[in-house]
Amino acid sequence: MLAIFTQLADWLVYQVAGLSSVSRLGSALHFFVEDVSKIYVLLIIMIYLIALIRASLNVERVRDYLTQRHTFAGLFMGAGFGAITPFCSCSSIPVFLGFTSAGIPVGITMAFLLTSPLINEVAVILLISLLGWQLTLAYIGVGLLVGMAGGFTLHILHAERWLQPFAAKAYAAASARNVPAAAKVQSLSLHDRHQFAKDEVRDIFSRVWLWVIIGVGLGAALHGYVPENWVSDHLADGQWWTVPAAVLAGIPLYSNATGVIPVMESLIIKGLPLGTTLAFCMSTVAASFPEFILLKQVMQLRLLLIIFAMLLVSFTLVGWLINLIAPWL
Amino acid sequence: MKEIVVLGSGCTKCEKTADAIRTIAEELAIPVSLSKETSAEAIMLAGVMRTPAVMVDGQLVHSGSIPHRQDIEAWLS
Repeated sequence: MLAIFTQLADWLVYQVAGLSSVSRLGSALHFFVEDVSKIYVLLIIMIYLIALIRASLNVERVRDYLTQRHTFAGLFMGAGFGAITPFCSCSSIPVFLGFTSAGIPVGITMAFLLTSPLINEVAVILLISLLGWQLTLAYIGVGLLVGMAGGFTLHILHAERWLQPFAAKAYAAASARNVPAAAKVQSLSLHDRHQFAKDEVRDIFSRVWLWVIIGVGLGAALHGYVPENWVSDHLADGQWWTVPAAVLAGIPLYSNATGVIPVMESLIIKGLPLGTTLAFCMSTVAASFPEFILLKQVMQLRLLLIIFAMLLVSFTLVGWLINLIAPWL
Repeated sequence: MKEIVVLGSGCTKCEKTADAIRTIAEELAIPVSLSKETSAEAIMLAGVMRTPAVMVDGQLVHSGSIPHRQDIEAWLS
């Protein structure tokens, strides 16, 4: 089915523009046309379909599901909801406070908040279309695991003692009086769902279209112009430091999955090890500096630093582990 | 006069929401008192988890997106 985009690129680049398939420019341009057209079409169709189904799931509902869960079930569900809940339209602070003031343990809230940006529909659509479903499944599994492990660690550390005073007070008050879940169940008509899905497509597409071009452009340049053996000679096998280096390199890039995944595709084709690539991707997507600074309003610096360090360590471990087992995959 | 509060941390969407309400109120010549609430604590106490959110006369009427025109007109009338 996706072959149609290869044919489109064949036709445009080789027939219409008359470039040779072995020339650098031809190869880079072909990569660019194929990926951009494929990503745009898939994004529009998939975001619409996903939003149509998901229209009635929002953070208020998730909060109501998560109140009064036991720790382990809560961690699992927190990470699971984080994966399927849209996160882009709402910033993390009101969500964090909404959960906390409902008495949900900080560990569960963090499992949700860590997983949410890591696994989102745009990232998943891009991963499937560019890198295949096996890698996508691995990415989702690892993302859930990182979210749950992070939430569990914070739970053990009793992270609630490092909240800002007003948030800690709200949390204590909620735990004491056991707030009832105030679920407002509204049923949506097909027209409401269509309207919601249309808004989602417009909103997400207007945010990511440029990133697609930048990301694929970089990927295409790498694809066409970086010599075939350079990556495998310099960044591949056995060099343990490449994984933490990739994680660190990902921090200032806090873009979003859209810009990074096309570059990953190109790097993997060039022979960059899978674990290193995944570690880089997760660090770029999740460890976003501006987001972190904002969280200072609700958490003390100490907790922020712990979470940040925890993320970097877990991405590095994931990278090493996948590189280690990659030969048997 | 209706008292309208836009809740949000000052993101672009919150600005756009306030602008849209102001513009439409002016068009319809309806006097409103429009203010913004950016404090995280106040947003929490209002029970809002998705910003931008809109309160009209102390009632939460909208949350999570820039409101559509027909919604704004309905709140103003």
